[in-house]
Amino acid sequence: MKILKSLMVTAAVAVALMANAAHAENKKIALVVKALGIGFFEAANKGAQEAAKELGDVEVIYTGPTSTTAEGQIEVINSLIAQKVDAIAVSANDTDALVPALKKAMDRGIKVISWDSGVAKEGRLMHLNPSSSPLIGNMIIKLAADNLPEGGDVAVLSASATATNQNTWIAEMKKVQGNYKGINVVTTVYGDDLADKSYRETQGLIQSYPNLKAIIAPTSVGIVAAAQAVTDAGKIGQINVTGLGLPSEMAGHVKSGASKSFAIWNPIDLGYSATMIAYDLIGGAEAKPGAELKMGRMGTVKLDDNNEGAMADPFVYDASNVEEFAKIF
Amino acid sequence: MTDAHLSPRNIPDRLQGRGARILKSWESLLLVVAIAIFLGNSLASPYFLDPWNLSDATFNFTEKAMIAFAMALVIISGEIDLSVASIIALASTAMGYAVQLGVDTPALVAIGLGVGLVCGTVNGLLITGLGLPSIVVTIGTMSLFRGLSFIVLGDQAFTGYPESFAWFGQGYVWWVFSFEFTLFVLLAIIYGVLLHKTNFGRAVYAIGNNQTAALFSGVRVARVKFILFLLTGLMAGLASICLTSRLGSTRPSIALGWELEVVTMVVLGGVNILGGSGTIPGVVLAALIMGMVTFGFGLLNVPGIVMSIFIGLLLISVIALPILWQRARRRLAH
Repeated sequence: MKILKSLMVTAAVAVALMANAAHAENKKIALVVKALGIGFFEAANKGAQEAAKELGDVEVIYTGPTSTTAEGQIEVINSLIAQKVDAIAVSANDTDALVPALKKAMDRGIKVISWDSGVAKEGRLMHLNPSSSPLIGNMIIKLAADNLPEGGDVAVLSASATATNQNTWIAEMKKVQGNYKGINVVTTVYGDDLADKSYRETQGLIQSYPNLKAIIAPTSVGIVAAAQAVTDAGKIGQINVTGLGLPSEMAGHVKSGASKSFAIWNPIDLGYSATMIAYDLIGGAEAKPGAELKMGRMGTVKLDDNNEGAMADPFVYDASNVEEFAKIF
Repeated sequence: MTDAHLSPRNIPDRLQGRGARILKSWESLLLVVAIAIFLGNSLASPYFLDPWNLSDATFNFTEKAMIAFAMALVIISGEIDLSVASIIALASTAMGYAVQLGVDTPALVAIGLGVGLVCGTVNGLLITGLGLPSIVVTIGTMSLFRGLSFIVLGDQAFTGYPESFAWFGQGYVWWVFSFEFTLFVLLAIIYGVLLHKTNFGRAVYAIGNNQTAALFSGVRVARVKFILFLLTGLMAGLASICLTSRLGSTRPSIALGWELEVVTMVVLGGVNILGGSGTIPGVVLAALIMGMVTFGFGLLNVPGIVMSIFIGLLLISVIALPILWQRARRRLAH
């Protein structure tokens, strides 16, 4: 009798302990990046850790191959499947090659999402774009208009005439141009994403349009070249260069005043949102067209017919924060 | 005798008995390392000793090991083939192109193997026909073959492989034993017999130890070498089928940098990079070690660069230890 009793107590304690252990177990979310050691992704990890801290019961596994190969990412994904992680959020090196490995992960109950660089539809539950074409189109003209309360002439320096991204953004910009009174887009020139050609095209703009107040360059190559051309022409203060650029390349031009502000995605927010979405999916949220998934402090993301969603407006960098982000990417 | 330690490649020639013992110790050492890594991994991660996880892990090395067997023979004969990864890319591109034309699975396999053989023939003809150094020729064809697939594909990808084609890289023969792993075991046996039990294998060793002597002993050196380059081409074609099937798509950057991983596997397996010695069991062990290290470190989420450092150290120590051990023995003997 006594033995039976002590056995029962032991069993009860064991059950309680096991239940406790299961309860305390953290949800494992893997943030798989294109390759380790890239500032942009290190920043995304910072955001993911922030999300984990906020959620409390999440452990973020930050991992990726040494070089940006699909084969390397598959090895990483296989080891994550073996560890039985709860979710994988991947920035893919290859749209198609990861699909079989990620399908296997989903078959074993792992929630798979892609962010930044997407995976083909059948290999993920949803894809998180940092922004969307309408948001980018609106942001680039807003950046120019914000510094031109009186209005004035604005020119666009794009990449090549056939660049899909830039053409879409410029088309979206023109749609909302009416919202910005007095802003007159005079022309679009093409620097072909070459530093020297972009520089010469900017020189041409400065000469052809004496009343030019701003240059919008929605390309990271063009914006730097334009800022340099404006500086060399002694037009700082008269012509403001803005658009999409990288903080590390633009910090100097923001400091000199050639560019008052520019925009690009914020990798910290991207890592944060990807983690939040993965957590929402683990919690039972369903990724289907029209669904809204929670992203913590970033609000919600609405999925389109391809189960893709846009995180937010491009993030604005100016003299107040560019130095800090220049260290990251 | 005293200058023997200056050029290790001559040792098996002159000191047959001791050479055999050294080789034996080399593989024993690898076996010990493999067991140690296996035990270490089992202790370090609760997920390691799971049949399905181990099965998934074999994909880390099976395709490379297929090529490594043929590469081992090439290196033993004193040559090298650095174009294998590019042959994978070209064979995969050819298969992807064929898929767009509606070709079915058996024909795709034939195309993959065929392109491998053609590439191997090109290498073989340039090396044995024109007598050019294999390292120069295969560095050239390395750029050539991958260049061709870049011309065809650019930044595009071929997808849409038939369902049945997926079996080669994702299918299982029985329980946890994948097609790729089964193929790996079969090829290990075939190449083991070829190298260690046939006249052809003896000829490969003879050429690697002393090509001129082999020639005057009646070994048809050029023919043997030509066959070896055909074999690496064929194995690269086979690996291309498996890898393409596993990825379900083709990009020109497929298998980028694999030639060095294959050579690493071969050298880690105890094959003398200068030719003349080495065994297939050694290469099998090296493949298992590299696969387990990659997977074990992956389970612990150790960054990839640490794995590269570990493999590098392993490579150096596996090469250095037998030499040091041999020196110590000799010193004791005197």
